[in-house]
Amino acid sequence: MADDSGIWMYAVADRMAPEWFRDVAGIAGEPVRAISAGGLSAAVTTVRLAEFGEQALRRNLEDLGWLEKVARIHHDVIEAAAQHGPVLPMRLATVFRSDANAAAELARRQEDFAAALRRVTGRTEWGVKVSARPPATVEGFPEADRSGTGGTGPGAAFLRRRRTQLTARDNARQTVAADAEKIHLALDELAVASYARPPQDPKLTGHAEWMVLNGAYLVGEEGSAGFAAAVHRLGADYPELRIELTGPWPPYSFAVVEELDAGPTGTGERQETAR
Amino acid sequence: MSNGNQQAPGTGSRSPRSGGGPVPATYSSSGQPTAPAPASPSRYQRIALVDLLDRLLAGGVVISGEVRLAIADVDLVSVSLRALIASVSTPGARGPAEEEDSR
Repeated sequence: MADDSGIWMYAVADRMAPEWFRDVAGIAGEPVRAISAGGLSAAVTTVRLAEFGEQALRRNLEDLGWLEKVARIHHDVIEAAAQHGPVLPMRLATVFRSDANAAAELARRQEDFAAALRRVTGRTEWGVKVSARPPATVEGFPEADRSGTGGTGPGAAFLRRRRTQLTARDNARQTVAADAEKIHLALDELAVASYARPPQDPKLTGHAEWMVLNGAYLVGEEGSAGFAAAVHRLGADYPELRIELTGPWPPYSFAVVEELDAGPTGTGERQETAR
Repeated sequence: MSNGNQQAPGTGSRSPRSGGGPVPATYSSSGQPTAPAPASPSRYQRIALVDLLDRLLAGGVVISGEVRLAIADVDLVSVSLRALIASVSTPGARGPAEEEDSR
């Protein structure tokens, strides 16, 4: 292994065959290979450290065009592997210094990876996002009382009006948050595990809507139809909310390898129940 | 990846997984599915970047160790948020919702 190259890892599975990736271009157009150790296989691509080394990654991750290209390739390779059986996706930008180091990590963490693979076997991740219109305009929570009754002057009237506005907004938020919680609990009932990711920022979604739930649900494959139907029903039950189903996803939100895994960043909560 | 067909959520056999990548579907206030995009001849469904990065940057197996190039200390999420915000803040693009808290 030349010093100027690294090993980009996409996913780990019990077994991977090179022919699975024949039609998939890897990072930077390089081929996707399978390396094996400790009874596990990983899909990898040799990358140039000039582009994927630590310093370069810091710079390139700030470039949305670069990030999107790499993210879609990473995902495509994971999807290609997932056609053949359960996989554990690696977080974006997992780079080793050599095949030998990558293989050593597989062997060293063999039991952790195997346990994580068992958890996702026969299960699929679904995403459910719930959004509400901005609270200030939610129907049933009228704008402030504009009559200006009481008080001693325009300043007091303004403050009273402002308080009423804020109260209405708080009430709307609480109502919507309570509905989102009910939706989450209803879907969690149908899932083996669930994970409430931090809601997406309106700046990123491009919607002025207020995201109140950004849930991920690990569902047994036999339960996927019922899960989609439940999401559909909830959409009808909560007409004031927008409910969006995404998936099936590789188990990004549930590929948790214990011990060293710091878990997802952010304020999300992961719940797992033995079912 | 050889498949080109999208599969609606929960339909048909999925063994071991249905192909083609996540299919977005929106259930609007009417309760009708509004957006499961039709089966596309392209190799994969275009997934919303924000949904993909949500998972790729904050999900997946994290290996922290000396073998991993030392980017573990980079907050990938905030990095990507900066990149994304920069991209949507360009003139003509939709600006942030001023009234909303960033949550």
